[in-house]
Amino acid sequence: MGEPIRFILNGEPREISGLAPTTTVLNWLRREARLTGTKEGCAEGDCGACTVLVAEPDGAGGLRRRTVNGCILFLPSLHGRAIETVEHLGRDGLHPIQNAMVERHASQCGFCTPGFVMQLYGGWLNGGLADRPSVKDAIAGNLCRCTGYGPIVDAGLDLAATPKPDTHAADAALAERLTALRGPGTFRYEAAGGTWLSPDTVDDLADLYAAHPDARLVAGATDVGLWVTKQHRDLPLIIDVSRVAELRLIEAAGGRFFVGAGVTHAEVAVRLAELHPDLGELMRRFAGAQIRAAGTVGGNIANGSPIGDLPPALIALGAQLHLRRGDEARDLALEDFFLAYGKQDRAPGEFVAAVEVPLLPETARFAAYKISKRLESDISAVMAAFRLDMDGDVVRAARLAFGGMAATPKRAKAAEAALLGRPFDAAAVDAAATALAEDFQPLTDMRASAGYRLSVAQNLLRRFQLELSSDVRTRVLEVA
Amino acid sequence: MDETRIQDRGGAGTVPVEALHEAPPPHPASIRGGVRQAIPHDSGPKHVTGAARYTDDEPELPGTLQVYIAMAQRAHARLVSLDLQPVRAAPDVASVLAAADIPGVNDYSPVFGDDPIFAEDEVHFVGQPLFAVAAETVEAARAAALLARVEYEDLPAAIDFDAAVAMADAAGRDLLDPHEMRLGDAAGELARATHRVEGRVEVGGQDHFYLEGQIAYAVPGEDGDVLVRCSTQHPSEVQHNVAKALGRPDNAVTVEVRRMGGGFGGKESQPALFAAVAALVAVKTGRPAKCRLDRDDDMEMTGKRHEVRIDYHLGFDADGRIRAADFEQLVRCGYSSDLSGAIADRAMFHADNAYVLPAARIHSRRLKTHTASNTAFRGFGGPQGIVGIERAMDRAAFALRLDPLDLRKRNFYPAGAAKLTPYHMPVTDSIIAALVDDLEAWSEYRARRAAVRAFNDTSPVLKKGLALTPVKFGISFTTTHLNQAGALVHVYKDGSVHLNHGGTEMGQGLFTKVAQVVAEEFQIDVESVKITTTTTGKVPNTSATAASSGSDLNGMAAQAAARTIRERLIAFACERYGVAAGDVEFLPNRVRIGRTEKRFRDLVGEAYLARVSLSSTGFYATPGIVYDRESASGTPFYYFAYGAACCEVVIDTLTGENRVLRADLLHDVGTSLNPAIDRGQIEGGFIQGLGWLTTEELWWDEAGRLRTHAPSTYKIPTAGDRPDTLRIRLWEKGENRAPTIHRSKAVGEPPFMLAIAAFSALTDAVVAAGEGRAFPDLDAPATPERILRAVEAVRTSG
Repeated sequence: MGEPIRFILNGEPREISGLAPTTTVLNWLRREARLTGTKEGCAEGDCGACTVLVAEPDGAGGLRRRTVNGCILFLPSLHGRAIETVEHLGRDGLHPIQNAMVERHASQCGFCTPGFVMQLYGGWLNGGLADRPSVKDAIAGNLCRCTGYGPIVDAGLDLAATPKPDTHAADAALAERLTALRGPGTFRYEAAGGTWLSPDTVDDLADLYAAHPDARLVAGATDVGLWVTKQHRDLPLIIDVSRVAELRLIEAAGGRFFVGAGVTHAEVAVRLAELHPDLGELMRRFAGAQIRAAGTVGGNIANGSPIGDLPPALIALGAQLHLRRGDEARDLALEDFFLAYGKQDRAPGEFVAAVEVPLLPETARFAAYKISKRLESDISAVMAAFRLDMDGDVVRAARLAFGGMAATPKRAKAAEAALLGRPFDAAAVDAAATALAEDFQPLTDMRASAGYRLSVAQNLLRRFQLELSSDVRTRVLEVA
Repeated sequence: MDETRIQDRGGAGTVPVEALHEAPPPHPASIRGGVRQAIPHDSGPKHVTGAARYTDDEPELPGTLQVYIAMAQRAHARLVSLDLQPVRAAPDVASVLAAADIPGVNDYSPVFGDDPIFAEDEVHFVGQPLFAVAAETVEAARAAALLARVEYEDLPAAIDFDAAVAMADAAGRDLLDPHEMRLGDAAGELARATHRVEGRVEVGGQDHFYLEGQIAYAVPGEDGDVLVRCSTQHPSEVQHNVAKALGRPDNAVTVEVRRMGGGFGGKESQPALFAAVAALVAVKTGRPAKCRLDRDDDMEMTGKRHEVRIDYHLGFDADGRIRAADFEQLVRCGYSSDLSGAIADRAMFHADNAYVLPAARIHSRRLKTHTASNTAFRGFGGPQGIVGIERAMDRAAFALRLDPLDLRKRNFYPAGAAKLTPYHMPVTDSIIAALVDDLEAWSEYRARRAAVRAFNDTSPVLKKGLALTPVKFGISFTTTHLNQAGALVHVYKDGSVHLNHGGTEMGQGLFTKVAQVVAEEFQIDVESVKITTTTTGKVPNTSATAASSGSDLNGMAAQAAARTIRERLIAFACERYGVAAGDVEFLPNRVRIGRTEKRFRDLVGEAYLARVSLSSTGFYATPGIVYDRESASGTPFYYFAYGAACCEVVIDTLTGENRVLRADLLHDVGTSLNPAIDRGQIEGGFIQGLGWLTTEELWWDEAGRLRTHAPSTYKIPTAGDRPDTLRIRLWEKGENRAPTIHRSKAVGEPPFMLAIAAFSALTDAVVAAGEGRAFPDLDAPATPERILRAVEAVRTSG
């Protein structure tokens, strides 16, 4: 039963059957297609050596292009999509980015180079390369151990200054071809004892998941991919939610906006940045560009990680979660979703459909801080997001949410209480900081010690108060 | 030269030479790609298109087996039983190998015989290889390995320094004997000094994080021979270890490597394990076998940079001149000896860095811990030694209320005076004072010192720091006999050149530089010089491409080989055309013989017809290298490389977050063989050093498990960590006083230590956070957590 995986590789149609659904795109490229330009550096989406360009119809007659990590992308994800690898880019002589990389001496050992080439190429096609910060941001998910990055950034700037060819007609033709390849309805692929289901409407998803509550939902597979490549787990039944149209929407209404669970981090970043600049910065540092292009809002929440960066930010904002199971829908406050480590308030067959985010009124004060060992592309030691609603000088309501401080993303209820009904001044912060020790008994691990986590959490309250009450500089990223 | 005429056996010898000239010689002003030209890396176009082949990219032969190595799960334990029967019975498994299945010696160590391929009675770290499974797919091999029944009996384990010292003291011996260097009466001079500072600094280890993990591919041959393609800096040692494991002579094994996806020292002694395992499988099964590690297994199984704890004492005169120094270095070696002795020695050789220590005692203990065996890593212990004295200098400047740069400058090895190092070697080539003066001006150190102070006066939360630190790095293998190299050059009768040497290409541009040397020697465009795979079959008994020596050694050897052929061509031309040797001149892509010129290829064709050998080996041994361990004295280095860096940083005193805002690097590469490649080494080395000193933290849990074993948890620098203002200059006055290849200097390792300026600048910022009241204890890596702890300490002291 089922259909073959149909996609376009470097301009040529491909059909695949017989390979396990959890076969990664990288392994397929290297072992089966014998395209060895794409490299494995880490098999967990943290080094970018496996970067490939994936295109799909954007629903408006054109293409949506993304550079993603082939090492944690499952092969059936390619169904109805087109993939381009580094070999194809240089088919008619060196592409401008390839030429610039050679001329700038941007490769030394060369092992990371194809990933940088593809990442910069994809960023350029999407109009994401403009200046030095944008080039550096584009390659934050690519590791190079040899060059020190300078020549790569310079090559990226050379590319940014290179005009893009007009691809509208070709894109439209490819989009049409891909739509035909994809076919209507739920795509079903079966092989080697595994099943992959990919519905395209939320009702079909709800029915499928209600019927198969033991299935594993994936969208970008930026976490579930590692269950296969790192934990070597068996995933017999996977439901891919990445094509469900309703989950891909962002809608604004009535002073709030709704973000579908399948919206990627890259897509929501734009909207969150409008809500508050800290949220834009948080999303920029959330992960490398490839992960941001693949991972989704719903995945980051439903995953239940105690160190996921979005939940604390959304909890502080006062977000509501929309859940769906079969025909039933329910809402709950996001903080109530997280029950304990690895345990969420989610029934079998129930899935995260959307998150509803309120806009910030004039009277609200907000900040989000991500503290990690490395500034870019690192998992937070402490993630903090604060919202105060002021009544004049007095704190009327407080939402202090943290990641990395407990077994779940969590509000600091004692610290919040310490702030209520008084001005948000140094004394109030001291009281809240003291109360924070009641709220949290964090762990020591490879990212940070318990003592550091608590000190930083307390100091971030101080930073928040300083930022609201003075023009004292508090952020190392804002110093020249 | 007409190819068909040369090929024509009947008439070639009878063709009049003059008739062969079918094209006039070209007259370019210079060749393309000679020495000192900034040409791109030879593999650049292949890197960017994915066409450059690494070991895993070569097509696999039919029947290739995939090999998985199963690892111990205890830090220190007796291996009570190892039942592999269920593994052998698992689907798709072709072969399972443990210690008893090794026909030769169960050891892959470089020197000391204490690195078992597979554990026998005891395991000594989490990650130690227990056995290997060869199967049709790596997934099947890994799944089968999980079926093994392993029974351990735990033994006490030492993971950190304190436990290692306690265990060594209780046993009455260290992993390797301690070593001590003495110059003058250090204790007496310290006692007489008017100012003394003392302190301790711990410098963390570092994972190599080469992007291409360890890999070996073994193809069985006739007579039990084996060919191994391996990502290694040391093909000869891999060859020897594979032969040793197979119980065969070295000539049964050929090891090849075209390129590595990074090495940094991590592919010096480590690859022998994977090559031996793949070869054992191949020879036992008669099938090709590949052993490729994934990132986690690689990081758990292989050694890293040595963590070092340094206790220092410095004594000064009132004017800030060092009178005496005492360093006690504890070196965390991991479970076995590996290269730890030489690495610990190099830490001692660099305890002085660029400073005259009139009296010194440097003592080093080499301690066993139950962790992976630490190994070579860019700098080979030197960086740790230098951090020790730079830390001491910062503390001394604080105590003496001097600008740290002024204190440093007062103590440099002088240019003319040949002062002795603590190992009694006169420093005759010091240029550090002039180089630092240049950098001080170029980086606008004094103006920026004032600007940093002004910033800090108005910024209570964020604090800036500034530092300018020197590097002096000794060039040569300190093990004398390793300072040799061989090359093999063929000139084919069409004038194209085949170049081979014992050096390996790991991205550092060695192949490009050596090709430039050969192109220069023949005066032909570098495109005419074919760069070829390193193989033990062409050049034997090579040393590792390590110790920054690659181009020094292999450049000289290749030059010697090319020169031999050139001399033969000159002798031939003299004889044929009746001119004196002085009348034969190699000009760009042509040769002048008397008053006529001909193309290089035409002369070569004529020489072939005249039965002149157009192939030669070349050999080089660095002169004058000696070190006597008994007296801890000698001349372990051929020369020194120098450099200096100025770094400006900012820290957040609420979170410890930090950033390098600007770096100015001035480095002496002598007369550069290739300025573009040298700049790449400087920038790359600096950023790698920056990672070592800031974000790269190795973290073991109480059970001795390394918990930072993938990029999700182990954080090497990203593009975002590179300061936007990063200025790099090759020192224009650089010229090697030693007669090295075209008077260049080694560049692989020395720039790594330029990053110590960032560590000093972070210290300076922490001092500012405490308003100069206290000098902070700060260990490396200076993570946000360590910086915050240091800030809290200086703010609550005094």
